[in-house]
Amino acid sequence: MPSVKPTRSDRRAADRRRTATTSSSRPKLTSHVRLRFDAAREQHVLLGPESVMVLNPTGADILSLCDGRHTVAEIVATLQDRYDGVVDDEVRRFLDRLATKRCLEMSDG
Amino acid sequence: MDSPFGLLAELTYRCPLSCAYCSNPVNLGDYHDELTTAQWQRVLIEAQELGVLQLHLSGGEPLLRRDLVDLVTSARYLGLYTNLITSAVGLSRRRAEQLRAAGLDHVQISIQADEATLSDGIAGTPSYAGKIEAARLVKELGWPLTLNVVLHRRNMDRVAAVLDLAEELAADHLELANTQYYGWAWRNRDALLPSRAQLDRAEAVVRAARKRLKGRMDIVYVLPDYYSQYPKPCMGGWGKRQLTVTPNGDVLPCPAAHALPLPRASVHEDSLARIWARSPLFQSFRGTDWMPEPCRSCERREIDFGGCRCQAFQLTGDASRTDPVCHLSPDHGIVAERVRAANEENRLGDGVLVPRPHRGRPGRR
Ligand SMILES: C[S@@+](CC[C@H](N)C(=O)[O-])C[C@H]1O[C@@H](n2cnc3c(N)ncnc32)[C@H](O)[C@@H]1O
Ligand code: SF4
Ligand code: SF4
Repeated sequence: MPSVKPTRSDRRAADRRRTATTSSSRPKLTSHVRLRFDAAREQHVLLGPESVMVLNPTGADILSLCDGRHTVAEIVATLQDRYDGVVDDEVRRFLDRLATKRCLEMSDG
Repeated sequence: MDSPFGLLAELTYRCPLSCAYCSNPVNLGDYHDELTTAQWQRVLIEAQELGVLQLHLSGGEPLLRRDLVDLVTSARYLGLYTNLITSAVGLSRRRAEQLRAAGLDHVQISIQADEATLSDGIAGTPSYAGKIEAARLVKELGWPLTLNVVLHRRNMDRVAAVLDLAEELAADHLELANTQYYGWAWRNRDALLPSRAQLDRAEAVVRAARKRLKGRMDIVYVLPDYYSQYPKPCMGGWGKRQLTVTPNGDVLPCPAAHALPLPRASVHEDSLARIWARSPLFQSFRGTDWMPEPCRSCERREIDFGGCRCQAFQLTGDASRTDPVCHLSPDHGIVAERVRAANEENRLGDGVLVPRPHRGRPGRR
């Protein structure tokens, strides 16, 4: 009978992942979500195991920048260039919500 | 009319386990004549054309279908997000690697408790050790891990240990799903329904864990609707976001809807698009026009859609009544009585659980 006790190293790996969203964190879509354009609905969608999130153009732009290279501050700045009335706090809350749902991972600046 | 986002493909109701909480229909024998690979592939194409983006492969035990890898390949070719919902019995390394190569996006493994004796007792077969091994394999191969535990009177007090186990396994998502009383669970309801004290303790544990694990593990706690004031917004609305195809090709708005006294709709007889748009089964409870009072004039009617049609039918014999779990329902006494019985001080033991049969007769494929 194989051992059924899980190893501790898994937990340490989880501990290393950052959770708080700061200006210098670099969000990245996790491996199990897929961002794609849905031709039928003519909108971008974020697909995950339990959810389908239909995105407005701003949301789609934000997520297409979540590649682990851009910082939150850079993403906000890019969005502010493209659209009027983009609020820093709103972008952050959007990212935070997705991080809680494990759709995004944050790495350090 | 909206087009559906998700298809729940119940590939087979055969299963090596025999959970007494299983929501599968009790008349398992009616589903031996399973769709062929080619028929499922046609269903997937029609679903994609109808707007479906997400495919849940479930059952019974989907791994018992030898064509599972082929179906995943087809679904991925169509661009669908693919989610395997499994007991993990049969998820060998070879099978897992094949599924990974075929592009399966996500795996959800159900366990019955946090340790072998209780888990195997509820599952009716030694399976816990294999499930834990499979859960580690899922992570090793680079998938995220979702664990699902159905909660009831027998395991509710183990929630803290379940959370520890999920953390040890580095699960990305944990779904703690209070039993919904359909199929075999309906038959076993009185033995499964927890007490209020059990629920209160479990909820406090979950709340604390959510805070502690924020950003590391996403914890979904499905409320027990018998103890809620309002019903659940079943399936996000009838015929609105999801559809189900059963092993024999019946098309349903939700997996429990086979029990309703409405004409069957089947992929053998019609296209998914026509069934979705026109069948009485899908049309009967769409929107809010069908609603009786108190739902008709209630401000929550677009929030919970009057609750679950299947539960209304089961409890009152009339599928168009307000879900009796709602405290505003004229039939709420039916639910209140079961809850009262579950909280009786001098309840004798925890009742007898009737396991669902291990497998129906072996299917054709
Ligand atoms: C019917 S099972 C089929 C897949 C597989 N045999 C399994 O159990 O994981 C689909 C999902 O529903 C859950 N489930 C089964 N019966 C349930 C019930 N009465 N209430 C809530 N969830 C239930 C299972 O834990 C599983 O996650
Ligand atoms: S008996 Fe258990 S493992 Fe089998 S289908 Fe039902 S819930 Fe899933
Ligand atoms: S009366 Fe109907 S719509 Fe209002 S809360 Fe109850 S079930 Fe929902």
